Amino acid sequence: MISVKNLSKNYGNNKVVKNVDLEVKKGEVVVIIGPSGSGKSTLLRCLNLLERPNEGTIKFNDKNIDINMKDVKSIRTKVGMVFQQFNLFPHFTVLENVCHAPVVVQKKPRKTAEEDAKKLLESVGLGDKKDAYPSSLSGGQQQRVAIARTLAMNPDVLLFDEPTSALDPEMVTDVLRVMRDLAQHGRTMIIVTHEMGFAKEVADRVVFFDKGKIVETGTPKEIFDFPQHERTCDFISRVLHVI
Amino acid sequence: MSFISSFSFMSQYWMMFVQGVITTIELAIISIVFGFIIGIVLAILKKSKYSILSIFAKAYIGFIRDTPLLIQIYIVYIGLPMIFDVNISDFATGVIALTLYSAAYIAEIIRSGIESLPIGQFEASLALGMNKWKMMRDIILPQAIKNILPALGNQFIGNVKDSSLVSVLGITDLMYQAQTVRGSTALGVQPILVAAAIYLVITWILNCGMSYAERRMSVNDIR
Ligand SMILES: Nc1ncnc2c1ncn2[C@@H]1O[C@H](COP(=O)(O)OP(=O)(O)O)[C@@H](O)[C@H]1O
Ligand SMILES: [Mg+2]
Repeated sequence: MISVKNLSKNYGNNKVVKNVDLEVKKGEVVVIIGPSGSGKSTLLRCLNLLERPNEGTIKFNDKNIDINMKDVKSIRTKVGMVFQQFNLFPHFTVLENVCHAPVVVQKKPRKTAEEDAKKLLESVGLGDKKDAYPSSLSGGQQQRVAIARTLAMNPDVLLFDEPTSALDPEMVTDVLRVMRDLAQHGRTMIIVTHEMGFAKEVADRVVFFDKGKIVETGTPKEIFDFPQHERTCDFISRVLHVI
Repeated sequence: MSFISSFSFMSQYWMMFVQGVITTIELAIISIVFGFIIGIVLAILKKSKYSILSIFAKAYIGFIRDTPLLIQIYIVYIGLPMIFDVNISDFATGVIALTLYSAAYIAEIIRSGIESLPIGQFEASLALGMNKWKMMRDIILPQAIKNILPALGNQFIGNVKDSSLVSVLGITDLMYQAQTVRGSTALGVQPILVAAAIYLVITWILNCGMSYAERRMSVNDIR
């Protein structure tokens, strides 16, 4: 589905992502773990061209994506992104948040978009909140709206950048439940998270990322129980101790 | 003649002040509306990736902010007929000068309103496939404008006061009328004091209106 070769991104002289290769198949759930500042967000943001990579190729459904292309709409609508800070539009109701882009970007008829949006809100357990404004929702509810908003574009791949890191602990489970549900329905997902339990349970593959590079990748069992690299061991034992 | 009774000219001349107030309000409203529209354009041009456009916007804003309004009024008054070779009414000249003037300030207000929004609002819009235009129109400007309403209100009050300068063009605004009354009555400072009092009242009403609006907005604040 997505195939990344030799992807690099620098800010000035600071190489943040270094020659990364990553392959994600249709229906696969890939979890990326790693210390903060290692470039995980930057890597994700390169995949929907929110950041322009300095070099490398991105193939999407076997089609080469021009990393310098101007018309980014097609890739942005196929690769949905969920942010740590939710980034809901505060001046829109929940329903408008979800159906705005389908109407404005994809030119869906408003009625259809609203019907679809209501169904999506039901599916994340927030059908009764459609007329609320984001400010009246808890963080966990906001993040579920943000997931519905992303799903409304009907993307082929979902990127999650630490979707539960800004949440109070009691909100985390609700969001993870929605994500688990998506994974079980065969969604292709790339998830950056510190939720190791979730990673173990849901990931098809775990990638350990450090200092701009993929250090190792494997099944959850391989990475968590039999890590091959010292840095992976260190990181795993540190985060598992914290939890 | 006591000071108080020296204001008895008002019984004869009050209509002039009323006319002056109307003209002053007209000047302020028209110039804030067009200044707002041009201000948005300038704010966007300033951010343009085409350096010609952003340099133009920066130079324009810098010129307006760093030269006296009175000089700008003369430039418009003398310059416009030279460029366009048409007769422009004094009122229109005054409106254009005030519009061009407030547009530069409003552009800066709008820029600060845009920059104060969380970066995530831009990222989420782009990640959903919006282009820059749709992002500005639907997501950024509505929020930015709501945040800068107090500053725009202050700019409007500024326009009310600054419009007194276009009286040099012979526009019958409040300031001009006060001067006319002064000439007709041979009084010293009294007509000017009346004008000052009227400016104060207008500003006071506008300030009250603004704090009322702000309170209303924070009560049903949707954020
Ligand atoms: N827009 C930017 N400009 C300059 N440096 C940046 C920018 N974004 C991220 N960085 C730097 O890139 C590095 C990796 O950041 P990031 O991808 O956010 O890491 P992670 O998500 O793993 O915590 C950090 O050192 C950060 O300071
Ligand atoms: Mg990050």
